[in-house]
Amino acid sequence: MNPADTAFVLVSAALVMLMTPGLALFYGGMVRSKNVLATIMQNFILLGVVGVLWAIYGYSLAFGPDVGHFIGNLDWVGLAGVGAEPFKAYSETIPHQTFMIYQAMFAIITPALITGAWAERMKFSTFLVFMVLWSTIVYNPVAHWVWGDGGWLKNLGALDFAGGTVVHINAGIAALAAALVMGPRKGYAGYGNGAEAFIPHNLPMTVLGAGLLWFGWFGFNAGSALAAGALASSAFTATHLATCAAVLSWVGTEWIARGKPTTLGAASGAVAGLVAITPAAGYVGPMSAIIIGLVAGIICYLAVLAKVKLGYDDSLDVVGVHCVGGVVGAMLTGLFATKLVNPAGGDGLFFGNPGQLWIQAVAVGVTLIYSFVVSFILFKVLDATMGLRVTPEEEMAGLDISEHQETGYSM
Amino acid sequence: MKKIEAIIQPFKLEPVKEALHGLSVQGMTVTEVKGFGRQKGIREVYRGMEYQVDFLPKVKIEIVAPADKVKIIVDTIVEKARTGRIGDGKIFVYPVAEVIRIRTGETGESAV
Repeated sequence: MNPADTAFVLVSAALVMLMTPGLALFYGGMVRSKNVLATIMQNFILLGVVGVLWAIYGYSLAFGPDVGHFIGNLDWVGLAGVGAEPFKAYSETIPHQTFMIYQAMFAIITPALITGAWAERMKFSTFLVFMVLWSTIVYNPVAHWVWGDGGWLKNLGALDFAGGTVVHINAGIAALAAALVMGPRKGYAGYGNGAEAFIPHNLPMTVLGAGLLWFGWFGFNAGSALAAGALASSAFTATHLATCAAVLSWVGTEWIARGKPTTLGAASGAVAGLVAITPAAGYVGPMSAIIIGLVAGIICYLAVLAKVKLGYDDSLDVVGVHCVGGVVGAMLTGLFATKLVNPAGGDGLFFGNPGQLWIQAVAVGVTLIYSFVVSFILFKVLDATMGLRVTPEEEMAGLDISEHQETGYSM
Repeated sequence: MKKIEAIIQPFKLEPVKEALHGLSVQGMTVTEVKGFGRQKGIREVYRGMEYQVDFLPKVKIEIVAPADKVKIIVDTIVEKARTGRIGDGKIFVYPVAEVIRIRTGETGESAV
């Protein structure tokens, strides 16, 4: 046991916790003012819902003793046996309980990311049921495959330092399923030729949220080293540099493409960079990180534009930023990873190991398919039983009033 | 008595207010409003999505004054609020039937 490592991971857990309210502000600023509280609430309430589920059975399913390389068993239900003693397969230097509570924060923010896709139209009660089901049968198994002791993608050698696959691709593709099943917001008609304008009501709030996400992400990525040392420092540096680069490349691309550099573009670029560096953070050097950020900023910007042509209404661009950014990050990890940075990691294509790229592709492909198919079925079933959307009248009045009976701003 | 209603550019509120203070105008009411005139609105872009924004932010000033002071007040507002570009706004002058000060019940010009 190492007190420095324990302190570091506990502080990292607190940083990752702050990302969920940060995400709430990031999303909340982008919706119209009549939906600001409903959007914030769909993130904040997950601290409660997933936090409790995690302690009851989530942690056991995701990280508990392996069953068929697919899921953990129920030995650790109610956190039985998850205490002061380190669990050596995950970390030899921090209490098992510290690892568990750190992972709890990841389990909370991942479903929260999806909420951007259905913003401004989803029914709160159905949302809660969906989240319980999705956490249980999508997040927990996928986390087990990639991170759990005995998980099949971990055994395969897939590199995912802090959750590009488990968190971002997983949530991002579920967001696509949500947008497809749910259909567009009332009045949504794509490129400005529609009757209604979906203008963000408070971009300063969005930028504040992006700042909190960036700050918290140091806990997410550097904390994933699970020890206070050189690897954490390397992941921290890579995280920051990739994000800086993605801010520049997103804003630069839109400046060239549309004539103006935007604040929303800068905030979005930051998140795209953070997403893309997540799988790579502990495996790549600082210059590789800058390249990953530059690529992510450009590709995610183009992916966000593409949704209009593809015709689905992913309200807050969860697919374009998190799914596409996650895929970019996972694949570039297969190019730029090097054992010079992390001897316990692997080498990518540019460091003499072309096979890694294939393994990354398998992990990406399997996660895309599994999460999309299961999420799609969940949405269809809930649509037929509880109904996914509020009524058209409630949608027009705004979800703050219809779902929560309060308003964000009063005179 | 007349009511002068001026719709001006928000950033012109301060110079207009200062100049009207100089004329010893008794009081004014200011409201943040939105609207459009012949110039119509502007286009805004969010994550590549372009929207036509028809209503632009303006400030509405309302002043009630004796009829003989209307000309100098209007001239002052025109002078101070003008940039010479489209979107400078408009001034409307209306007759006022009655004024009542709520605190004392006074009516007419002394209540202004």
